Amino acid sequence: MATSNVRHALFCAIVTIVISYPILGLNLEAEGVNIVLTGTDATTIVAIACAALIVFLFQLFRDSVMGKLGAVSDLNPLTGRKPMEQDKRAKLESWVLTGLVVVALFWPFFSSRGAVDLATLVLIYVILALGLNVVVGLAGLLDLGYVAFYAVGAYTFALLSQYYGVSFWMALPLGALLAGLFGLLLGFPVLRLRGDYLAIVTLGFGEIIRILLNNWTNVTGGPNGIGGIPDPTLFGMEFGRRVKGEGNTSFHETFGIAYSGEHKVIFLYLIALVLAIITALIIRRLMKMPVGRAWEALREDEIAARSLGLSRTAVKLSAFTIGAFFAGFAGTIFASKQGFISPESFVFLESAIVLAIVVLGGMGSQIGVILAAIAVTILPELAREFSEYRMLIFGATMVLMMIWRPQGLVPMRRLHITLKTQE
Amino acid sequence: MLEIQNLAMRFGGLLAVDGVSLDVQEREIHSIIGPNGAGKTTVFNCMSGFYKPSGGKIIFQGKEIQGKPDYKISRMGMVRTFQHVRLFTQMSVVENLLVAQHRHLNTNLLAGLVKTPNYRERERKSLDRAAYWLERIGMLDQANVDAGNLSYGQQRRLEIARCMVTKPQLLMLDEPAAGLNPAETLELNQLIVSLKEDYSVSVVLIEHDMNLVMDISDRITVINQGRPLASGTPQEVRANEDVIKAYLGEA
Repeated sequence: MATSNVRHALFCAIVTIVISYPILGLNLEAEGVNIVLTGTDATTIVAIACAALIVFLFQLFRDSVMGKLGAVSDLNPLTGRKPMEQDKRAKLESWVLTGLVVVALFWPFFSSRGAVDLATLVLIYVILALGLNVVVGLAGLLDLGYVAFYAVGAYTFALLSQYYGVSFWMALPLGALLAGLFGLLLGFPVLRLRGDYLAIVTLGFGEIIRILLNNWTNVTGGPNGIGGIPDPTLFGMEFGRRVKGEGNTSFHETFGIAYSGEHKVIFLYLIALVLAIITALIIRRLMKMPVGRAWEALREDEIAARSLGLSRTAVKLSAFTIGAFFAGFAGTIFASKQGFISPESFVFLESAIVLAIVVLGGMGSQIGVILAAIAVTILPELAREFSEYRMLIFGATMVLMMIWRPQGLVPMRRLHITLKTQE
Repeated sequence: MLEIQNLAMRFGGLLAVDGVSLDVQEREIHSIIGPNGAGKTTVFNCMSGFYKPSGGKIIFQGKEIQGKPDYKISRMGMVRTFQHVRLFTQMSVVENLLVAQHRHLNTNLLAGLVKTPNYRERERKSLDRAAYWLERIGMLDQANVDAGNLSYGQQRRLEIARCMVTKPQLLMLDEPAAGLNPAETLELNQLIVSLKEDYSVSVVLIEHDMNLVMDISDRITVINQGRPLASGTPQEVRANEDVIKAYLGEA
């Protein structure tokens, strides 16, 4: 037993060195036209050695260390706490949520432009994740090509504005509806598929859309993308320094205030916030409706669901369509925020990140998904110094989460249903 | 109300069911018995639309239903349970019962989003029906427990209740007593009889527990190796020499 422990620990230490030395200890430097491999300074090598030693010691004494860690939960004063009563808890939750929304509404007026811009991106991911939560978390359909619907929304707005001068507010429902239609179209061929097979087909679908956008050069501009996408207007008021659209007025002139680039950023943030709240509320309601229960039933046991008269076609298609619809929402906001889109924004990694948000947050749990969307988008920005290790940390977090908390940050709680006869 | 004529089901070279016929009257408990692998569950799967039968006719309330998709057959009022309990384990007990009433609810998305009076009314009715059946099977206080956390006997009863809330005319039970202790089997016995007596449901039952079968069945069909062996009242079947040889065994 002891020798096998030592061997295992030694192996882990060697793996640590093998992985970290080439990444940290070797540098490729350009010297004229040649690239030379140079070693790194002594401190890094010492650090790698220390890391290997720590891994070795931890693996050696893993059993006793983990045993002690397990006992720690007894010291946690919150473990023995009784759960709050149902209605009390619901009341508290609604107060906290209202408070958060109010804070979110007024917060941008007191922060920097960069922060508000980032917050807008967070909200876009919140909408995306809430939409994917319907497909993956509730209906249990593993969709790896979700970014395709996001792209459809974004390109709908970009193309309509470029060719027909359609405004943001017109494009918003159109983009969402078209994305929903694409969801429906994808739904048909994958009706009979489940699990791995479904994942592969949706993955392929996502790539088809991206490659189509990339190669249909005379319509979509190919890899050059589409620029000059207009900003949203507020009742015909534009936020730019000069008015571009016919018949529009400018925001700062109407209100007689000095022009500031921040107005536009804050306005976009507020739009994204309102749309994110609407998305969350609609999906929350859908979850309590017959269709929401049908999604979950299909996830739990398709055969039983069908034997009770649920049509697999209707249930699956509705999940795909509604999920895609909200991705289209997010895409339209994204196009407007960036002002420029290209197929590069819609690569598979985006699908993977949104899926990671859903899984990290807790499948089916709205609050969990929102928190995870915030964490996954903001943390990399906060840790800019470590940007090279971003994906490494991201991957490690996923692995650790799946080991210790596979149900997600905030697992879905079942709705308590009060029956009349009980009272 | 249900008539099966010359049902055949072929899987490749294997003829799993061949020439099985049976008819079920209103308010009748009709059992299908036979050795393991005789094709009983295959008959069920054909009836409930899981399989498309290779031959023969299934007529339910005057309409041919063979080959129809399962969810349509279920909506016509023919609902089944499974040999291995198939509940929605991560959903609560009452949600299991609500899902089953899907077709009686207002599933219009807009109606649900704005909560029209019709939507509320139907939701309330479905909750009442769920509560009624939970009380009926003695599980009202478990309404918000996850179905996966119930005991095996409770899961069996919930599965039957889940069928009953769909307001079926014909209930197909596939080995409902499997894995139950004698007390639970007795409860089940009373429940099935009351489904017939109080709710006017016909029951088609597959079961190996001969005491239960002989006790509650109005008629019995015996299948052996995919072919019908005998059919009749419990007394007739018990006295049939072929049945004794193939299944019941000499006393």
